[in-house]
Amino acid sequence: MAAEKYITSRVTINHQTVYQNGMDIFTNNAVGFDEFLLSVYQHLHFSYPKFHKMDNLSKLGWLAAELLLKDFDKNHYHPEQVGTVLMNANASLDMDLKYYESIKDVPSPSLFVYTLPNIVAGEICIRHHFKGENAFFVMPDFDTPFLKQQVDYLLDKNILQASICGWIDVLGQDHRAELFLIEKVKKENTKVFSIENMEGNSNL
Amino acid sequence: MIVKNPGLNPDVFIVGDNILSPIGKTTDENLSALKHGISGVKKNDEINIVASLFEWNKIDIDKSYTKFENLLILSITNAIKQSGFNIDDQTALIISSTKGNISLLETEEHTKDLNKRIALHSSAKLVTDHFGFKTQPIVVSNACISGVLAILTGMRWIKSGQYENVIVSGADVVSEFVLSGFKSFQALSDTVCRPFDKDRTGLNLGEGAATVILSKNKKNENDVKVSSGAISNDANHISGPSRTGEELAFAIKKALLDAGITAHDVGYISAHGTATNYNDEMEANAINLAGLQKVPLNSLKGYYGHTLGAAGLIESVIAIHAIKDGVILPSPGFTENGVTHPVNVTTEILNTPIKHALKTASGFGGCNAAMIFSK
Repeated sequence: MAAEKYITSRVTINHQTVYQNGMDIFTNNAVGFDEFLLSVYQHLHFSYPKFHKMDNLSKLGWLAAELLLKDFDKNHYHPEQVGTVLMNANASLDMDLKYYESIKDVPSPSLFVYTLPNIVAGEICIRHHFKGENAFFVMPDFDTPFLKQQVDYLLDKNILQASICGWIDVLGQDHRAELFLIEKVKKENTKVFSIENMEGNSNL
Repeated sequence: MIVKNPGLNPDVFIVGDNILSPIGKTTDENLSALKHGISGVKKNDEINIVASLFEWNKIDIDKSYTKFENLLILSITNAIKQSGFNIDDQTALIISSTKGNISLLETEEHTKDLNKRIALHSSAKLVTDHFGFKTQPIVVSNACISGVLAILTGMRWIKSGQYENVIVSGADVVSEFVLSGFKSFQALSDTVCRPFDKDRTGLNLGEGAATVILSKNKKNENDVKVSSGAISNDANHISGPSRTGEELAFAIKKALLDAGITAHDVGYISAHGTATNYNDEMEANAINLAGLQKVPLNSLKGYYGHTLGAAGLIESVIAIHAIKDGVILPSPGFTENGVTHPVNVTTEILNTPIKHALKTASGFGGCNAAMIFSK
């Protein structure tokens, strides 16, 4: 039998509101999405200069991962044992449109690099020094059974011991991040990794 | 994973394949072109680049689909026809692409509907409906390792009993969008690229598509197996590879372990070999760290250019046939070693039995992939 797996942390960012393990921790509806992202960063007193160079998809993912991993002790794992499984509907279209606008002047490599959806995974891996498997899938809606299937395989086969996984999508003002940290260790207030517990309200 | 047949861990065979490229519409046409040293990479005076591009008027295009979708449909159609495979309700579809329909931004008015039309899952749905798949398609979009990751995903679905058959198809077309980006990185060579050579000056872009049909049921005596695969991340830089190559080496070693083989069992390496300074240096480091520096290696980028989401698939199909035929093709553009830790780049056709072949790939975002194909 494969080891039981748990949702040990969960972060949702939707409608310019941030939920950490079910708790509404920050809302800012007074501004556009760009400013919202910056306001989350400032509100939580993060300090990571590279954040400001990222596109909105990476910023959203980076912020969600910071919160998701707040109590994560990465010393329990080798870098190769932690990885990501992410998915969305619009790939990097938000940045694609901005990059395409920009090439009428001089195309910029620092914008072009964000025209791939998996860059957000790269940013999270750089920040937290994770070197395990990454995968990015594109589908019309958040398919929790599919996510469960992929993450189960990675953890059951010991390809990973911990996975940051979920949905991360941005297009213009529309955005949604639904990230989970899945581990094999049962901690306080953790729920079993199941489709039901992923789909339930954001309470852990 | 929801295992339908617990305890099963079936072999995964490649029972059909296709390469659709500027040098051939079938795998056979491609193999024959390569054996004659024909490359798709040429100077294109119209847009002033050296790249491997389709002559679209020579391709049988269905106007109800985009160029990208036409490539997928034509490639899958040929793979099915060539292998006599039937899509049943146990057959899944995985599509690999980096930029899919992005060129529509250059020709269509931008509307909300266009956003939907560009979405990779829209193309996946059209391809699914075209062939009548009964299963939900999945798109892998993970930079330049997309093709290898897509095959790995399909392999796992079969090994875990999710599906009996998986068709994996990848394509990318060259657009002003992609060209301008690689130009901005100063990554494009103005001659045919020269992977691992001391005079390499960058990569060429290419257009293409390829398909593999994976099945738990062997069809022909010489069907090649997908033995294993592994993915890693450099956690170093989003647009530059690892300084050491340790992370790609990790993926290679993990793939060897999972295949139950050692470095000595690998007879051929199909490298990523983009011919950029940094990629080839990193890749050669990784291959040395994995103890594979003596194994005959080639990069096919001098024939196809870098076909992005199709590259892992095109190069895997060539690797599969290298095993079947016992033939390793020369790596075009290589004359003198240009990496710190040399690798064994082939300069002429090599006839040699191959039991296991390694395919590697790396991409933006720091991702690395390694896959083992076996006799």
